[in-house]
Amino acid sequence: MHIRVEHLCKRFGSFAAVDDVSFDVEDGSLVALLGPSGSGKSTLLRILAGLESADSGNVWFDDEPATDLHARMRGVGFVFQHYALFRHLTVEQNVGFGLSVRGVSKEATAKKVKELLQLTGLAGLEQRFPSQLSGGQRQRVALARALAPEPKLLLLDEPFGAVDAKVREELRQWLRRLHDEVGVTSIFVTHDQEEAFAVSDRVLVVHRGRIEQNGAPMEILDSPATEFVARFVGEVNVFPAVVRAGVAQAGKLEVRVQGEHGPGESHLVIRAYDLKLWREEPGIATVQRVVTFGDRVRVQALVDGAGPIIAQFPRRSSLLKGVEPGCRVQIDVTTARAYPAQASSLYPLPAT
Amino acid sequence: MAEPAVSALDQVTRVASRDHAAAGLLDGQILRRGAISSVVFIYLGAILLGPLAAMGVELAHVGVLDALRSLLAPDALFALRTSLVLTTIAVVVNAVVGTLGAIAVVRQRFLGRALVNALADLPLAISPVMIGLAFILLFGREGWLSALVTATGIKVVFAWTGLLIATLFVTLPFTLREVAYVLEEIGTSEEEAAATLGAGPWQIFFRVTLPNIRFALGYGLLMTLARSLGEFGAVLVLGGSISGQTQTATTFIHAAIEERQTGSAYGMALLLALTSVLLLSSLEWAKRRKKVK
Repeated sequence: MHIRVEHLCKRFGSFAAVDDVSFDVEDGSLVALLGPSGSGKSTLLRILAGLESADSGNVWFDDEPATDLHARMRGVGFVFQHYALFRHLTVEQNVGFGLSVRGVSKEATAKKVKELLQLTGLAGLEQRFPSQLSGGQRQRVALARALAPEPKLLLLDEPFGAVDAKVREELRQWLRRLHDEVGVTSIFVTHDQEEAFAVSDRVLVVHRGRIEQNGAPMEILDSPATEFVARFVGEVNVFPAVVRAGVAQAGKLEVRVQGEHGPGESHLVIRAYDLKLWREEPGIATVQRVVTFGDRVRVQALVDGAGPIIAQFPRRSSLLKGVEPGCRVQIDVTTARAYPAQASSLYPLPAT
Repeated sequence: MAEPAVSALDQVTRVASRDHAAAGLLDGQILRRGAISSVVFIYLGAILLGPLAAMGVELAHVGVLDALRSLLAPDALFALRTSLVLTTIAVVVNAVVGTLGAIAVVRQRFLGRALVNALADLPLAISPVMIGLAFILLFGREGWLSALVTATGIKVVFAWTGLLIATLFVTLPFTLREVAYVLEEIGTSEEEAAATLGAGPWQIFFRVTLPNIRFALGYGLLMTLARSLGEFGAVLVLGGSISGQTQTATTFIHAAIEERQTGSAYGMALLLALTSVLLLSSLEWAKRRKKVK
């Protein structure tokens, strides 16, 4: 189903949870709403499901107006963050619920339930109650239950938030495979950027009730539209800088930047993995800490006149030779972007 | 008759020994715990077993069968029937009002919600005698609403209606509180899930909400039952304990003692005590089941 959202607004008291949001979702795609907690992404999802009503704006399902449609009539499957399984019903009854309330015959319900339990790898657990299942199993029951009435749209609210890291990774891959198999248009909410990029076709970055950027995962990674997106996606360094003729200057650091900006104060944003440093005298920075995380090494240095900078390297990088706390290093930035400072003054800079 | 006391003591022992085992306490602490539990034992023994034993001895004196046979007298049967009818009505009314009231208090946002919430506990806080008195002040000959009584012809004071009003008033909080508590615990997500799956409001209530609150509702109704059978102060003051008219099982005992009809008094007391044992075990069962999983 093709979804169109136009100028959606929702306030809770004086707080604008959703603030003039518009976007389209292609039929059959898997879209992530990515944003920090409190950004309004869950409210947006609940409006799409009809669990919350918008103050203004419109929602269209396949060019049919759906704004005022009751949740029950939308044909939307919803997977709740904490699953919201019916605790007094067995797995089988949970999955069959959406069919039995619609008056589907017992035989047809049983057939569909069996099929879905096969698909979600839950066969054999039919008679269990939700309290007798693991987190990952509950998650899959919730999904099977939402898919049973064959929804035209599947909405998932932080679907992997409540399971541990290892199970989460498995569920992610499984969700992607399931989506490719079933083909139902799906939108899921997450605050985990890795999750958004690993699973979805498109990512909508949400912040303060607005869509900051709407694009394919690579687009968002490679050309973040705003400073917020640049800072939210991956580990970054931010410096106040002056940009002249495409070159930003922050202390002794001089960087060729992408992105358009007028004259005046700018914020220079550099990803931790978009820079190289090596031991050199006199250099422009002093190394403070070198920390190893499994296959990566994180170097923290103090740039003369600009403040701390963080760089990430593969563990065995030859550049790291001789780099140790106290030594001087030269820095080369491969990719960086500058954003106008006034628009981003909302986000505090790290203490320098 | 000693059964409720035994089961309560039993529980204390179990709780105490479980605590010991789990905590792996130092000797001193165990001693202190031991001292605390023996105080509890002695206290419970004195306060529960003492009166029950005294009644048992008296009953043996009168003769259990004679005591029970005295309940076949017309005024005793009448009192029993009155109590039974009042209790049945209280249970039915509270099942509906308690559930709807709890849903309203927990799920709806209306003006004065906090006030309603606080008032729902009022019957627990006021002495039943005062409740009876308050209703007399309202519906009595000089009462504020005496005009209403004259207009409708429905007598409240020293009448069956008064008994019913008193019973409904004192039993109001039980189902409402129990159900409201569980509704709060459970939240709305299961109901929302049901809505997105295509369930209508009635389907949501009967297939999701009601099953979730059933044990809390059952517990509340058992409490209602116990309270309306045992209520004394309010029905005495408002009903007047008129033999064959407004006498209930409890006010019957009171009247029988006044008239030195000890046989009837003990018989009725025995019957109520047996009912209590039954209720108590049902309550224990319901309490275990009503917990939110």
